[in-house]
Amino acid sequence: MDELKKIAKENRAKNTIWTIVIFALLIFWSFIVLFPFYWMVLTSLKSYSAYNAEYIPQFITLSPTLENYIQAFTAVPLARYFVNTIIFTLVTTILMMIIVVLSAFAFSRLEFKGKNLVFTAFLSLMMIPNELVIITNFVTISNLGLRNTYLGLILPSVTSVFYIYLLKENFEQIPDELYKAAKVDGTSDFKYLYKVMIPISKPTIVTIFILKVIECWNAYVWPRLITDDENYFLVSNGIQTIRESGFGRENIPAMMAAVVVISLPLIIIFLIFHKKIMEGVSRGGTKG
Amino acid sequence: MSNKNNLKGWLYLLPALVFIGIFMVYPLIDVFVYSFEEGYNFASQTYNGVGLFNYSYVLHDPYFIQALKNTFILVIITVPLSTGIALLISLALNSLNRFKDLFQTIFFLPYVTNTLAVGLVFMILFKKSAYSDGLINLLLNSVGISSIDFIEGPYWAKMFVLCFYTIWVVLPFKILILTSALASVNKDFYKVAKVDGTSRIRTFFRITLPMISPSLFYLIITGFIGAFKAYSDVVALFGTDLNSAGMNTIVGYVYDMLYGNSGGYPSFASAAALILFAIVLTITVINLIVSRRKVYYQ
Repeated sequence: MDELKKIAKENRAKNTIWTIVIFALLIFWSFIVLFPFYWMVLTSLKSYSAYNAEYIPQFITLSPTLENYIQAFTAVPLARYFVNTIIFTLVTTILMMIIVVLSAFAFSRLEFKGKNLVFTAFLSLMMIPNELVIITNFVTISNLGLRNTYLGLILPSVTSVFYIYLLKENFEQIPDELYKAAKVDGTSDFKYLYKVMIPISKPTIVTIFILKVIECWNAYVWPRLITDDENYFLVSNGIQTIRESGFGRENIPAMMAAVVVISLPLIIIFLIFHKKIMEGVSRGGTKG
Repeated sequence: MSNKNNLKGWLYLLPALVFIGIFMVYPLIDVFVYSFEEGYNFASQTYNGVGLFNYSYVLHDPYFIQALKNTFILVIITVPLSTGIALLISLALNSLNRFKDLFQTIFFLPYVTNTLAVGLVFMILFKKSAYSDGLINLLLNSVGISSIDFIEGPYWAKMFVLCFYTIWVVLPFKILILTSALASVNKDFYKVAKVDGTSRIRTFFRITLPMISPSLFYLIITGFIGAFKAYSDVVALFGTDLNSAGMNTIVGYVYDMLYGNSGGYPSFASAAALILFAIVLTITVINLIVSRRKVYYQ
């Protein structure tokens, strides 16, 4: 009996050590993840002179100031970048949503010649990397005279084969009987889509919407190619310009204030929707 | 009736077809055409021959060789390392009863942040400036290592920051996929192993690893593809003039050929993009062949 107790005790001790190791690892990584965010907020609250006087960076600041935030909005057109990004994000996302819903409906409910062929073609397009098509798109948009316009920014980004596929799978889970019943009642396809399918698939649609918003907000490569007029910069290009020429280059606190302002909307969205976002991404989103 | 239905189906698809046609299918054909047109002039949109010159130019361009080298080093370091760390963290997460959601949410945060913006914070942490050696150098000094300029200094210092930041950026996705894979392993297997007195390590290699191998290989494949296309995180750390920083990547080379001070050469850009595509395709096919042999599909 004593023997058994001894083994149980040893096991418990082993488990405790194991738990400590696991927590240490997780807390260490949380620190690495969160520290840059802490540092960015902290630096943005230090005044320019205080920051530059610190040869050894301080981990707290006793005299926080908002002057950097004021400067971020006055010395560089940060508000302009912000408005541009909001317009770009909303218009692109909404247009894409309409196109995706219509296509997913066609693929999941309508019967027409060539459907399977087109769907297979769509699927094979999922493997094409953006880098291959962006070259011609750049030339196309330039030739159309759409550089430095919202239209030029938006048009190439309003379709996503992947989201069509995702929503089609979701639409197909809705029982066919509902559709047949609606047909008997004489409901038009469009009304059925609008009144029945969209409400039922709302969770998936919301997830796609949020993922696209994140993608648009962080877009960098295409906007950089297609805009060189500051009036049409999105936040990513804005931050790059700020880094290379804004605030006289060395005003790091002001730079950090801009970084905080740019990061905040997505962090708020994430805090509200983190369950949905993580679920959506684990269902097959990739970064980039 | 059937004709009407046909028409309706195509009508619903029309918007998608138009955009995919113009911005995906046509460019896909066009990129091949560009890559074979020699001496293409962007302003007059004329060319003076057809052949393989663009490919040979790109393959002999020292900037491209540098970009190729950087990209391969980045891939070879970050893909195994990030997958390994993600596996370690996911295993730790999966063994928790409490706080699992909290940690998971924290770890996922970098996924939604703007790569350019947070890259700037990393730059400041690592940068050695006239005012300050920066926080990381301070830490290094405290263990007796003298300061290094990670942003404009020696090549390996720069490569280290780049790899570190890349891992920081890609980890959320990998942790998420692996934790859901681990959570879906049938608990009965573990109970049986426990009754049999199987050691933790043996349980991991005999049960856990085979059960999550499909997700693991999915991550390795997408990890390779993603790492080969590295670009915006490099810009975030070293600025847009990557050639002079010696830190360009293949994708960066493509964009530099297209646009900016060195731009205006869509033919060279196309050839470089197609070389990249060929590399990625080859590696993906190799991955798939290996996974056929090693992965346990239920």
